[in-house]
Amino acid sequence: MAVEHPVTTPSGDQTRIHNIGYRSYDGPRLGRAYARRSLYSQSLRGAYGLGRSVKSKVLPMLLFVVMCVPAAIMVAVAVATKAKELPLDYTRYAIVMQAVISLYVASQAPQSVSRDLRFKTVPLYFSRPIETADYVRAKFAALASALFVLTAAPLLVLYVGALLAKLDFADQTEGFAQGLVSVALLSLLFAGLGLVIAAVTPRRGFGIAAVIAVLTISYGAVSTLQAIAEAQDSTGSIPWIGLFSPVTLIDGVQSAFLGASSAAPGGIGPSTGEGVVYVLVCLGLIAACYGLLMRRYKKVGL
Amino acid sequence: MYDPTVARLTYRALLGRRRALILGALPLLLIAISVVVRGLAGADDQTASDLLGGLALATMVPIIGVIAGTGAIGPEIDDGSVVYLLSKPLKRPTIIFTKLIVAIAVTMVFSALPTLIAGFILNGNGQQIAVAYTIAALVSSIAYAALFLLLGTVSRHAVVFGLVYALVWEALFGSLVPGARTLSVQQWSLAVADKVAGGDLITSDVGLTTATVLLVGVTVLATWYAGQKLRALTLAGEE
Repeated sequence: MAVEHPVTTPSGDQTRIHNIGYRSYDGPRLGRAYARRSLYSQSLRGAYGLGRSVKSKVLPMLLFVVMCVPAAIMVAVAVATKAKELPLDYTRYAIVMQAVISLYVASQAPQSVSRDLRFKTVPLYFSRPIETADYVRAKFAALASALFVLTAAPLLVLYVGALLAKLDFADQTEGFAQGLVSVALLSLLFAGLGLVIAAVTPRRGFGIAAVIAVLTISYGAVSTLQAIAEAQDSTGSIPWIGLFSPVTLIDGVQSAFLGASSAAPGGIGPSTGEGVVYVLVCLGLIAACYGLLMRRYKKVGL
Repeated sequence: MYDPTVARLTYRALLGRRRALILGALPLLLIAISVVVRGLAGADDQTASDLLGGLALATMVPIIGVIAGTGAIGPEIDDGSVVYLLSKPLKRPTIIFTKLIVAIAVTMVFSALPTLIAGFILNGNGQQIAVAYTIAALVSSIAYAALFLLLGTVSRHAVVFGLVYALVWEALFGSLVPGARTLSVQQWSLAVADKVAGGDLITSDVGLTTATVLLVGVTVLATWYAGQKLRALTLAGEE
């Protein structure tokens, strides 16, 4: 590439400006949407340790395997014993495996946002043509997608296995679809909560503990209160107590609308009217998480 | 063996700024729930035992232990500022021992004290339940703090491993595989609590002698090994 140097020195005048050949970029600019997509795909890959060191692949992959193995075992048992139905409902699977899901959120949400805060790379992102909303949406969508992969994969294993075991096709497809809707909602909710908590602290370890504390302690507290309410025969209050922890919230939504049986003590799920409240609270929480994240990143590093 | 300056720095790292508030939220929640339960169910020994055993001892003590134990040393190793501490003329085991004392103290204050208060709210220390669970929380605080402090020196992902131990091993495996309960700090401390309370409400799968030996053994070994780890600490860069 030939660089022209149109340097003509006027005689007598010793001041001159050298043109050393810098050029402005005039190639295609990929723009905001491209930057957002890149951030999304990088964060999604990062959530499974892809493109990172071997050490950081261990935990997410291990949790993924732990998520899928029980499903594979159930399928194997169902095929071997020629069972009429799967030992566990599609919608129930995520509730049973909630400890694994919580650990995954707790380990990956801080990984996604805390390090950007700690190494002060957030201002670098915003020097690109993305804005607060793009960053938040990309991170939120990436973690939610990662969680969806984690929670939907065992359901897929169950579904394929159920079809191989020649269980009723229509019945299984309906259950599978309901399960997918419920884990999609769960992914959005958990991702939002995890990111909001993780975005508060630049310390990864503290973020992990805080996320776990919120998810497990709230579940422990709510299920204890529900058990006591059942023992006291005040079964009417059980659904209302369930509103206060993410897991029981999802459980309530799916037992009201997605044909699941509730995991609450005594199997008492919310009625349709209470189910509407559950859905509203769930969607409201997701929206609130998004709003809080937007607020958090309004003035980071400025 | 105890260095006040290191202790002061560790206290500030653990409780400085807003962290004390976050740590304090858990005990407050426990006390709030106890008040609600007392209002709903009245004073009932079985309920009190379930709540203290299920929520306080099984969930809250390990989580606070993880935060305090790994938080006492983990972040310093993580951001490399531990070299300034290590370059001082202090014995490495002294540093570990001091940090252990601080971690134990923080865990006890934020878990055993609320357990006692919650126990008194729930049934006014009927059948010695509040005192028994408080002793269990105190005892397990020591073991958890030592164990998680060791994890903090061994791994960069100490918090995750600590939580995996506390939630997956003790809670999940412990409820499915009876053998796993023998190797669980929670059961060891319950054995001690069982001896103190003497009632039927608190039971443990481990004998008192085994529990005591294991508790002391784990604490001493973990502290010693953490000191050894710190003597030959290599600072790794960010992954």
